[in-house]
Amino acid sequence: MTSQATAPESSAASLPAPTKRKLPAGTLYRGREGMWSWVLHRITGTAIFFFLLVHILDTSLIRISPEAYDAVIGTYKTPIMGIGETALVAAIGLHALNGLRIICIDLFSWGPRAQRVMFWVAIGLWVVLLIGFVPRHLMTVFGGH
Amino acid sequence: MAAVLEAVDNAPADGAAAPVQAFTVTLIVRRFDPEKDSEPYWQDFDVELFATDRVLDALHKIKWEQDGSLTFRRSCAHGICGSDAMRINGRNRLACKTLIKDLDITKPIYVEAIKGLPLEKDLIVDMEPFFASYREIQPFLVASGKPEKERIQSVAQRERFDDTTKCILCAACTSSCPVFWTDGQYFGPAAIVNAHRFIFDSRDEAAKVRLDILNDKEGVWRCRTTFNCTEACPRGIEVTKAIAEVKQAVLRGKPDVPKK
Repeated sequence: MTSQATAPESSAASLPAPTKRKLPAGTLYRGREGMWSWVLHRITGTAIFFFLLVHILDTSLIRISPEAYDAVIGTYKTPIMGIGETALVAAIGLHALNGLRIICIDLFSWGPRAQRVMFWVAIGLWVVLLIGFVPRHLMTVFGGH
Repeated sequence: MAAVLEAVDNAPADGAAAPVQAFTVTLIVRRFDPEKDSEPYWQDFDVELFATDRVLDALHKIKWEQDGSLTFRRSCAHGICGSDAMRINGRNRLACKTLIKDLDITKPIYVEAIKGLPLEKDLIVDMEPFFASYREIQPFLVASGKPEKERIQSVAQRERFDDTTKCILCAACTSSCPVFWTDGQYFGPAAIVNAHRFIFDSRDEAAKVRLDILNDKEGVWRCRTTFNCTEACPRGIEVTKAIAEVKQAVLRGKPDVPKK
């Protein structure tokens, strides 16, 4: 490697030994709004699916034993579950708003060209919705009611 | 050669032609030799370049002056043949259309093969799966009338599919698609773009056949509108828009081609 500095333009005779870098795989593909909205849509969609699975199970408990149902629903009032509910609402809100964006892209001729604007509009609406919801919700979670 | 060097040394005699500034740019290229390496690795190269050079010029300099074993495809070197699509700083680009001045040369430039197709050597991938999908959508005019004179088409009818005629089959779109990376069976953006070119052509009669082919599980419905293809296309084709139009044509049962 040191020979390279003295002979920058010299021939192949002083070929440096290849510097093998141990970076794991290839670089992460640098997509823009479209790709990251898809990633978020996948993550929120998967999370919502697992929530619904659990939710169907806990709701069906009432047919087996009302006491067990009450016990499970009671755990939902703990602060950890309260924060989980915040995340749930955030996930559903984002998934719903981005879903409307995807419908517009697929079904309207102006959709694909407006996709980036629609992404930021969806993010904006989502933030507004969360500003309305999160403080109110956290007050009930931590307010002791 | 000596005369040329001398001329360069004495160049700024009249003051008007100041020497063009060259930069040392570091390229980090993902190398792979199937005969020697068990897996790809990254290798650094320092190259003297001008702002007006392209990434392809940098690769040429490496191949001609530093390491002749560096392997990549290129033919026309002017953005027409579609041979040198590669991932440059994490985005699919044609090396011959990516100017050094448009990249941040304070950092190394990462160059690697396009994703989702089998890697053969260094920057070369096996394009066969890509062309197989292309052939499947019947990329040729299907018309029953005898071609005794030209097939008349209005300006509006030609305009309908103008965007998708620009494709050079470089695979930058298909190999930028996250769906294609994980599902090699997906037709991919390029095949759908070329289907669009004939589906929306008023002279063509096989739109139904192509729409049937693309109404497959691995057809247009695999598109998740990530817009990576539209961003990657070196010809500026609105790929995702074309795919959306094919989706709508499948739903409607026929393409909306201008009557005249």
